[in-house]
Amino acid sequence: MSDTVTITVEFSGGLEMLFDHVTKHELTLSKHAADTDGKAPTVGYLVKYICDQLMKDSRKELFVLDGAVRPGILVLINDSDWELEGEHEYELQNRDNILFVSTLHGG
Amino acid sequence: MPPTTCEVCKDARAAVIRPKNSQKICKRCFLEVFESEIHETIVSNNLFYRGERVAIGASGGKDSTVLASVLKTLNERHDYGLNLVLLSIDEGIKGYRDDSLETVKRNALQYEMPLEIVGYDQLYGWTMDQVVAQVGKKGNCTYCGVFRRQALDRGAAKLGIKHVVTGHNADDVAETVMMNLLRGDLPRLARATSIVTSSAASAIKRSKPLKYAYEKEIVLYAHHKKLDYFSTECIYSPEAFRGSARTLIKDLERIRPSSILDIVKSGEDMAALVPPEVGGSVSCAGEAEEEANSCGSRNTNGDSMDLVEKQLALNEAAAERETEIKVPTATAKPQVTGHPAAVSIHDKKSNGRRKGKIVKQVMGQCERCGYMSSQKVCKACSLLEGLNKSRPHTSIEVGVEDEEASTTLMREVAGIAISAG
Repeated sequence: MSDTVTITVEFSGGLEMLFDHVTKHELTLSKHAADTDGKAPTVGYLVKYICDQLMKDSRKELFVLDGAVRPGILVLINDSDWELEGEHEYELQNRDNILFVSTLHGG
Repeated sequence: MPPTTCEVCKDARAAVIRPKNSQKICKRCFLEVFESEIHETIVSNNLFYRGERVAIGASGGKDSTVLASVLKTLNERHDYGLNLVLLSIDEGIKGYRDDSLETVKRNALQYEMPLEIVGYDQLYGWTMDQVVAQVGKKGNCTYCGVFRRQALDRGAAKLGIKHVVTGHNADDVAETVMMNLLRGDLPRLARATSIVTSSAASAIKRSKPLKYAYEKEIVLYAHHKKLDYFSTECIYSPEAFRGSARTLIKDLERIRPSSILDIVKSGEDMAALVPPEVGGSVSCAGEAEEEANSCGSRNTNGDSMDLVEKQLALNEAAAERETEIKVPTATAKPQVTGHPAAVSIHDKKSNGRRKGKIVKQVMGQCERCGYMSSQKVCKACSLLEGLNKSRPHTSIEVGVEDEEASTTLMREVAGIAISAG
C-alpha cells in the first residue's frame, strides 16, 4: 500500500481568488504527516493543510473561521455534500475530488 | 460512512441535504425538486401571464444565471408562453463587469435569449471607472447604487418590457428582514418581503421567483447543472463579502438550516401586520428603498424604482396619506385611528430621527430626465450635476442609500435631507 494519497482539490464560486485564481489543485498527502498516525488523512486534516501549506493569501478567515470551514462555503466530496460523508472525519482516498465552493460571492 | 440512499427515488445515492427539511436526495431528484418548487412559487403567486415579455436582470453571477436557466426550463416544460430577455447593466468597471458580461453573453447563446446591455456611459455619460477617478474609492458606491436603480428600469423601458425579474434568493430576503427588524423599519420590511414589488405608480414591475430558494441550493443547482456563471467581487469595494447581517444568517443556517426560510416567513407575517398605506405606498424615501446593495456582492437588482408620469395622480394620493401619518403632531393621530401601529411607527421615526420636522412630500418628475422624483431634480441627475461640475460632494449624496448596505446613520441623514428638501 502506498504511503501517499493523491487527490484533486477544487475551489470555485470566488474562492479561487484566495489561491492565485487557480481552480484545480492536485495534492499528494503523506500518510506519515504529523497527526495522521499512518492512516489516511481526513478532510479535517486537508482543511488545515490547505490553510497552512496551499494558501498564500493572508486572509485565512475568508476560508476558515474559528477552526472550521467558513459558513457559506460548501464542501463536496466526490460531488456529494460532505455532511453525507462524515464531514471532517472522512478519510481521503486516492483520486478523491474535494470541492470547496463559496456561496458568498456575487456576480 | 455507508452511502445514503435518496429519500425521494429510493434508488440513487444521496448527494444533497436540503437545508429546508434535511431531506437527503440524489442529484437528479434535487434538480427536479428545485425546479418544481420554483414552478410552484410562480404559479401560486401568478407571477406571469401568457405572452408576457419578461426581462431577467442578469449579472452573470450564480443567482441570475440559475434564474435564467430555470425560467427557460420551466417556460418550455410548462408552456408559460413567456418571451424571455436578458438585461444587463454595464457599470463600466474594467476587470470586473467586463468579465462578468462575457459570461452573460455566453448565457444568451446557451439559453437562446436576446441580450440587452445598458451602460452607465450611455445613460449618464460616465462609467464607474471615470466616477472613481473623480470622486475616489470612498463613496463611489453611492453613485453606482443610484445609477443602477434607474438603469434596469430604463433598460426595460427601452425594450418595451414591463416586468423585470431578479435573482434575489431566500438568504437575501432573510438578510433584508433582519436588517429592517434591527432598524425597526416595518414599512420597508413589508416591501422587502413581497415577491412582487410593483407600485401603482410604477410602470415596471419587479419580482423575485427565487425568493424561497436557498443560496446553498442555488449554488448546488448551478454546480450540478454545470451552469456557466461568474463569481467576483467589485474591485471598488474589496472584501465586502457581505455585512454582519449576512454573517448572522450564515451562522444561523449552520446551527439550524431551516432558519433562513423561517426568517422569510416571519418577515412575511410581520409584513402582513403593516397597514398597506404604510407598507405599500411610495414615499419620498421610497425612491431609494428596496435597493439591494450591489457593491461587490449583489447583482443587478433594486425593487422600487422611478415612476412614470401617467400614474402620478395615484401616487400623489398615496404620498399624501403617508405624509399625514408621518406628521409628528397630535393632529396626525385622529386621522389614522384605524391604524394605531402606523402612528407609533411614524411618531417614533419622526421624533427620533427627523427631529420633529414636518415631512412634506410631493411626488413629481425630475425636471431633467423625467423620472419620478420627490425633488425637482432626481438623485441621479443631482449626482451627475456634481460630477459634471467637478464637484463630487453635493448635498444630495447623503440622501442616498442601499438597502442592504446602508447604515442607520446614512438613513437618518437621508431622512433629514429629504425632509429639508
